Amino acid sequence: MIKIEKLHKSYPIGKDSLHVLKGIDLHIKEGEFVSIMGSSGSGKSTLLNIVGLLDVHDEGNYFLNGQLIKNMNEKKAALLRNKFLGFIFQSFNLISYKTALENVALPLYYKGISRKERLKTALDYLEKVGLKDWANHLPNELSGGQKQRVAIARALVTKPKVVLADEPTGALDSTTTDSVMDLLKDINNEGMTVFVITHEEEVAEQTKRVVRLKDGLIISDEITAVGKSKAV
Amino acid sequence: MFDLDRWREIFQSINKNRLRSVMSGFTVAFAILLFTLLFGIVSGLSNTFKGAFVDDAQNAMFIRVWKTSKPYKGLQTGRRIQLKNKDYNYVTEEYANKIQYQSARIYKNFAIKYKSNASNYRVMAVNPDHQFLEKTMIDEGRYMNERDLNEAAKVIVIGRLIKKDLFGERPALGKRVNVNGSSYLIIGVFSDDGGDNEERKAYIPLTTAQRMYGNNDYVSQIALGYNPNLSLTEAVTFGNRLERDLRNKLNIHPDDQSALSVRNMAEANKGIGQFMGILYAIVIIVGSGTLVAGIIGISNIMIFVIKERTKEFGIRKALGAKPLSIVSMVVQESVLITTLAGYLGLSLGTYILSLIGNSLEEKYFIKDPSVSPSIVIVATLVLILSGLIAAYVPAKKAANIKPIEALRAD
Ligand SMILES: Nc1ncnc2c1ncn2[C@@H]1O[C@H](COP(=O)(O)OP(=O)(O)O)[C@@H](O)[C@H]1O
Ligand SMILES: [Mg+2]
Repeated sequence: MIKIEKLHKSYPIGKDSLHVLKGIDLHIKEGEFVSIMGSSGSGKSTLLNIVGLLDVHDEGNYFLNGQLIKNMNEKKAALLRNKFLGFIFQSFNLISYKTALENVALPLYYKGISRKERLKTALDYLEKVGLKDWANHLPNELSGGQKQRVAIARALVTKPKVVLADEPTGALDSTTTDSVMDLLKDINNEGMTVFVITHEEEVAEQTKRVVRLKDGLIISDEITAVGKSKAV
Repeated sequence: MFDLDRWREIFQSINKNRLRSVMSGFTVAFAILLFTLLFGIVSGLSNTFKGAFVDDAQNAMFIRVWKTSKPYKGLQTGRRIQLKNKDYNYVTEEYANKIQYQSARIYKNFAIKYKSNASNYRVMAVNPDHQFLEKTMIDEGRYMNERDLNEAAKVIVIGRLIKKDLFGERPALGKRVNVNGSSYLIIGVFSDDGGDNEERKAYIPLTTAQRMYGNNDYVSQIALGYNPNLSLTEAVTFGNRLERDLRNKLNIHPDDQSALSVRNMAEANKGIGQFMGILYAIVIIVGSGTLVAGIIGISNIMIFVIKERTKEFGIRKALGAKPLSIVSMVVQESVLITTLAGYLGLSLGTYILSLIGNSLEEKYFIKDPSVSPSIVIVATLVLILSGLIAAYVPAKKAANIKPIEALRAD
């Protein structure tokens, strides 16, 4: 599903440039549940953003669903994001003036789906994350955990192949963290590829594979206990 | 182009962000309001000036004579100048291609009597063309014609107010009135925009007056309507040449304004035209200034609005929005607001102008101020276009920044 070869990325800082990813090789197959760990500043988000086509890499190859991502214009990237990818952010990134339901329905609008069908599908997904009764509330009327579940529903509503989550539980307490992780597990069990950044061991333990980053390089890549038990 | 979903997005965005919508709308509405009022007031001034000259045709010229004020070729000062038919014919022959209408005038004051009602009125003996020179409007019957002239017919065209004085509400057409002792047939009743005095006049054929009152070929004045194809400058030149010519012919000193003068509407029009031109130039400068201020205002607000929404655009792009869809969303929203606000300002302005109406005519010489549809359309188009550009430039920029940077905004 995701294949990365010798990926490099630098950020220009004034005249210098900050070399963040220094040759990443990573292969994630369809249906995997992978977490990335590493200290702050190790390049986790940078990697995820490149995978999510929100940013571009400098060197190396990136294949998404077998397609080489190179010199991609915004229009094509938008199409691919809409078709293959679902995002979950640490800060939720809901549109403040839209209700939970409208937020969830928005990706379907960009898919060109009729309004009636959009709202129906969006409501189904809100139900799935247990927020059907909150459909007509604005984001600022929801708790952090509820917002993140709305964001998850929004990430799932287009039935993406890959769900990318950048510290989805970073802003949540432990109970809500568990409910969010349960949702991610459910998604994975339905066959979606889930790629999640975290710095919490408890979270990483619940995924099937942990990739550890340090200073822009992968220092370990292991199947977790959960991964081993689910395999075979 | 019409995409209900897109409009729903736009209406939601406007509705949920009322303050910024109202702010950008207000700028435009205010600019257009000022613009409309400004143009309206100048048009009101212009109406007053034009109105001062509605009495006579715009291309009228009058040749008047009086006593000489300068000795010339051995002739004394104080000599009374008299125009005659031959002078009238000379003008006709000499300047045929420069003249549209021509009429002589003889002024009389006569008692006009119908049954027991009688009063003194100004009676003017003229040629048929005089109708157009004086802008006489026939309400009933007809004006005099060439045949009346040839026959020196005793026919009379009376003003609306003479009819009212002598006949009240009863019909006057076809009745006979007694004018200075002889009986005339009323062939027409007229009205005139020049005021009550103009409508207390009566017209009779020139030849009739010459035969009946003095039995000579004298005329008091010659009125002309110059060829409307002449430019104002050409018309002024024509007037000056005619004046020189006639002074020469009648042995008058070339500069003797008292003995013979040509009053030329072209000169007045030229003056008014220049004055109005300056006024309009000022208004166009100030008006465009207002519009430009409005455009700058909306551009600034748009830049601010789009900056504020950068993160939202980032989210939308992460969810699959193409740059074009973001640009067109913003542009449509802006155009909608500018159009509505512009329309509001325009309607308000027009409404205020209609309230003003003629109430400022006495003190400020502003009569019936209004804006012409073409100016309204142009101003509206300018606004829509500026709303479009004001939104397009920053939106295009915002839509092209990398989604990750947009998401990191604010
Ligand atoms: N847009 C950027 N411009 C400059 N430096 C950046 C930018 N984004 C991230 N960085 C730097 O790159 C490094 C890696 O960042 P990031 O991938 O966000 O790390 P992590 O998510 O692992 O904490 C950090 O040192 C960060 O300061
Ligand atoms: Mg990070």
